[in-house]
Amino acid sequence: MAFQYLDFEKPIIELEQRIEELKTFNLSNVANVGDEIKNLELKRNRLVKDIFEKINNWEITQLSRHPLRPYTMDYIELITDDFIELHGDRGFMDDKSIIGGFCFLKDGETGKRQKVLIIGHQKGRNTKDKMCRNFGMPHPEGYRKAQRLFKLADRYKIPIVSLVDTPGAYPGIGAEERGQAEAIATTIDVLLNVSVPVVSIIIGEGGSGGALALAAGNRVLMMEYSTYSVISPEGCASILYKDTSKTEEAANSLKITARDLFGLKVIDEIISEPLGGAHKNKAEAASNLKNSIIGNLEDLARKDGESLRTDRINKFRNF
Amino acid sequence: MLLFNSKKGKKEQGKLTIPEGLWIKCISCNEIIYKKELERNLDVCPKCNYHFRISAQRRAGIIFDEGSFKRLFEDIFPEDILSFSDTKKYKDRLKEDSEKTGLVESVISGEGLIDNIRVACSIFDFNFMGGSMGRVAGEKVAKTFEYATMERMPVIIFASSGGARMQEGIFSLMQMAETVAMISEYKKISLPYISVLSDPTMGGVSASFASLGDIIIAEPKALIGFAGPRVIEKTIHQNLPEGFQRSEFLLEHGMIDMIVERKDIKNTLRDLLSILINE
Ligand SMILES: [Zn+2]
Repeated sequence: MAFQYLDFEKPIIELEQRIEELKTFNLSNVANVGDEIKNLELKRNRLVKDIFEKINNWEITQLSRHPLRPYTMDYIELITDDFIELHGDRGFMDDKSIIGGFCFLKDGETGKRQKVLIIGHQKGRNTKDKMCRNFGMPHPEGYRKAQRLFKLADRYKIPIVSLVDTPGAYPGIGAEERGQAEAIATTIDVLLNVSVPVVSIIIGEGGSGGALALAAGNRVLMMEYSTYSVISPEGCASILYKDTSKTEEAANSLKITARDLFGLKVIDEIISEPLGGAHKNKAEAASNLKNSIIGNLEDLARKDGESLRTDRINKFRNF
Repeated sequence: MLLFNSKKGKKEQGKLTIPEGLWIKCISCNEIIYKKELERNLDVCPKCNYHFRISAQRRAGIIFDEGSFKRLFEDIFPEDILSFSDTKKYKDRLKEDSEKTGLVESVISGEGLIDNIRVACSIFDFNFMGGSMGRVAGEKVAKTFEYATMERMPVIIFASSGGARMQEGIFSLMQMAETVAMISEYKKISLPYISVLSDPTMGGVSASFASLGDIIIAEPKALIGFAGPRVIEKTIHQNLPEGFQRSEFLLEHGMIDMIVERKDIKNTLRDLLSILINE
């Protein structure tokens, strides 16, 4: 796991490794080595800033899929207390690529313990875990589990927070036999019609309908280096350009980054990430996410159930 | 629909088979366990973690804050409406099981406190006619939901049952609809219904209220299903795979939310209730 980085991160990683080496050598705190470390750290920070100022959409796409990027469960651990995971669609299987449960958001500034249903796509970290989570690609059962939990939250009047991070719904035989399309459509319908606040955040990849099913919120937010798209740049290149080498070009034309989509008024807010991306400082990324969730829930708490529902309907009516 | 006739049941079902004494044999791993130790361990085998079937009173003792459980709906008694008789008269079976268990029916209902949270509850006792659901058992479950709707309390039902009670015929079958009807009324209010399944939960009980919990919890390795394994084997002429219809199988197949050991059940219920009850 030590050397997982993207091509454009390589110079940063090399500097960081040198800093680490010097730090381990310099246990006796030799002054000029200490200065050298400080110099290198300044250099590193400048480099990161330079790279990230000029970052292009294809690089952001790669960041959104970064192997070290925090996933739903990482955020749940960092921003909630007493999470109780619930399982199963009550019909066919427990789909582990979508997880959900009730919990308290860790204290915000008001000190109020906010209850939420938190639900999100879950990717795996190592090979076995990736298989178990099906690379974050749900079957219909994942969406049916989500529907079940949305309805519970609605009945208990507990706000919903959905975290989106999927390459897309799983394209497979079983998934089609058991109604993948119906499952996604009904999930959108259920989520649009609940009477509690819904805040949806794209935390990594927002792949098409499989993402939207969990993203029909009153507020739709994106982490700074996440993407949200009708199709992956690779898919677009091969279908429209009929040339997979055009992937980068497709990434730029598709307008899939947080900045693009905020400009197009498709999303409501961009949640900033730590320098170098969320994986560079998970705690900071989580804290930004949590503050944004709490702020949005406080705004939405002023509305009654029916206006929350109609606001949501109108929001999506206006595309 | 009762899937375990009580004669066979006695041979297989753990506690009932063991002669009175200081020692008891685990029906799952055959370990000989000191009875006092088993009791201290909440009737869970210390070797293989098999959760023995326990009486309704014992379960109430494990779940509720000390002395807080109050029984309700104690004024209804089972009747032999069909004048039913198989190898034994139904009346006699009722009398026998009543003497054996100290209960008048397979269910006790009431209310109690779980860490000071007030809940309405029904608990099935497998030792009384295999925990089967006749008119009175169904009525008690239905009343539990009615009472909870009126008093605005969450509901927990602990199921352990072979299914509907054959000796009361069609009236037993109708309990499935009656309990479901009351749950659908209850679900109009914003409070949770938690269903806890123990070994076994089958037939008309699993096919009615037990499967409708907002949250469904099962004890480890409990047999849970609609048709009994022997019925299935006879029908399909195949042996069933290891672990079929057990809690772990159900979790994998999306039928339950979680498996919780007996020692953790009270804390789990408290945690769930304190999040799901929204005041
Ligand atoms: Zn054992």
